[in-house]
Amino acid sequence: MAELPPVESSPRHRSVYPRILASRLRSQLAYPGSFALDVVAQIIGQAIELLGILVVFTQVRSLGGFSSTEVVLMYGLAATAFGLAILCVEQIEKLPEYVRTGQFDVMLLRPLSTLAQLLTADLALKRLGRVGTGLAVLGWSLTTLQLDWTPVRALVAATAPLVGAVILAALFVAANTVSFWLIDGQEAANSVTYGSNFATSYPITVYGPWLRRLMCFVLPGAFVAYFPALALLGRPDPLGLPDALRYSPPLVAALTVALTTLIWRAGVRHYQGTGS
Amino acid sequence: MLAPYPQLVRAGYRRHASYWQASLGGVTANVVFGLLRGAILIAVLAQRGSVAGYDTAVAVTYVWLGQGLIGVVLLWGDTELSQRIRTGDVVIDLSRPWNLQAAMLATDLGRAGHAIGARLLPPMAFGALFFPLRWPEHPITWILIAAAVPLAVTVSFSIRFLLNASAFWLLDARGALAVWGATSGVLGGLVLPLSWYPSWARAVLAWTPFPALFQFPIDVFTERGDAFTLITKQLVWAALLLAAGQVVLARGTRRLVVQGG
Repeated sequence: MAELPPVESSPRHRSVYPRILASRLRSQLAYPGSFALDVVAQIIGQAIELLGILVVFTQVRSLGGFSSTEVVLMYGLAATAFGLAILCVEQIEKLPEYVRTGQFDVMLLRPLSTLAQLLTADLALKRLGRVGTGLAVLGWSLTTLQLDWTPVRALVAATAPLVGAVILAALFVAANTVSFWLIDGQEAANSVTYGSNFATSYPITVYGPWLRRLMCFVLPGAFVAYFPALALLGRPDPLGLPDALRYSPPLVAALTVALTTLIWRAGVRHYQGTGS
Repeated sequence: MLAPYPQLVRAGYRRHASYWQASLGGVTANVVFGLLRGAILIAVLAQRGSVAGYDTAVAVTYVWLGQGLIGVVLLWGDTELSQRIRTGDVVIDLSRPWNLQAAMLATDLGRAGHAIGARLLPPMAFGALFFPLRWPEHPITWILIAAAVPLAVTVSFSIRFLLNASAFWLLDARGALAVWGATSGVLGGLVLPLSWYPSWARAVLAWTPFPALFQFPIDVFTERGDAFTLITKQLVWAALLLAAGQVVLARGTRRLVVQGG
């Protein structure tokens, strides 16, 4: 199927998305018991990662040159960003289904952006359990660390989870775009999604040089928690990387989004539909 | 009456053999997590040399065998029984001339057999290529691990069966399965070696079937502790949980109400 000319969303079209979303949210809350259990499972799933960090710190005083509270701060930043990201773009995991069943054809026919349609098709409200866990841990570590608060640091603390969420969300979309080329690429894409959740929770100093380059700079995981944490802690980078990097996450987020848009467009161009 | 079960083992094997792309995706995820988890353990051991008997060789063997076992032991995505209970299709399964639990176990063992080639060996090979793994010193360990892995699968299956069977009462087993999926790895010794946990946590876990899923087979392979004791514990848990499954199945079947004309 040839790509249709892109139709710019008019204000009238844009008002469609909130209405679609509101209907989805109502349907998720229709079974409060099941929803509550789902949220609890999310809280446990996220807290288990923290438990892993705490078990490691029963054996050592520092990890990669950082104390337990400092690593917990990174975990709090990473968990909040991951929760927000997966809350907003989890729908992208349905892409293989849309491609296989031909529903993606329907999306191409509507005068709305395909990506926006796909992402607003639902909102994984249960993921608020992860956001809540992340925020609670972040709050605890920020108060425990007795930071030297400056306006810049306050700004970093307030924006880092949001900027991190944008980076991760763009990364998940980019990874799942693989489904336009591979029918069963879902689990490989998952390793980027959940792998980055794990990887960003630890200081990048624990990884070997080439793993660090891949997981932290090619996939920009280091800008989700590690560099913001350095800015908040006001300590030099053990790796000797330039200080400017710790204030660069917003720029990296913009770049990641731009790249993801290009990858998505390439995927849509490659898409040929499933049948005659 | 024994006839259908070996057939089901073979069917379970063949069913999964057709999805090689999915296996490849799963292996990719296992390898990525192997690299990340391995890095954390190596960073800890770089400071301490050895923790609770884990040196670097044992630790990387622990990580890569564990990553390989994920797809074999299977923690996530087994919802078939609960869905069939919810839709009522389970009535068809129950009216066949077999024991439903035994039939499902046979299919699951077949699936696990396929996963040994498709999910266990590739991450192990990757680990062996890039890390100094610790291979068994005694030849008998190879025989013992050949018993410990199927037993780990059986314990995992019997827990999954019980959780799915909760749908006889709750209609929706998703919450229970989600909690199991989130906790079984950390309780079973997949995420970190259980011997690194505080002693109170180890004492509690010793009374649960979770270590039988990952820690015991890995301990057998790395020759830590008495393999016969570990395998006996696995056997006891498998027997207990399978028996519990039979009781639950009998009770649940009596409760089952199927709508329709």
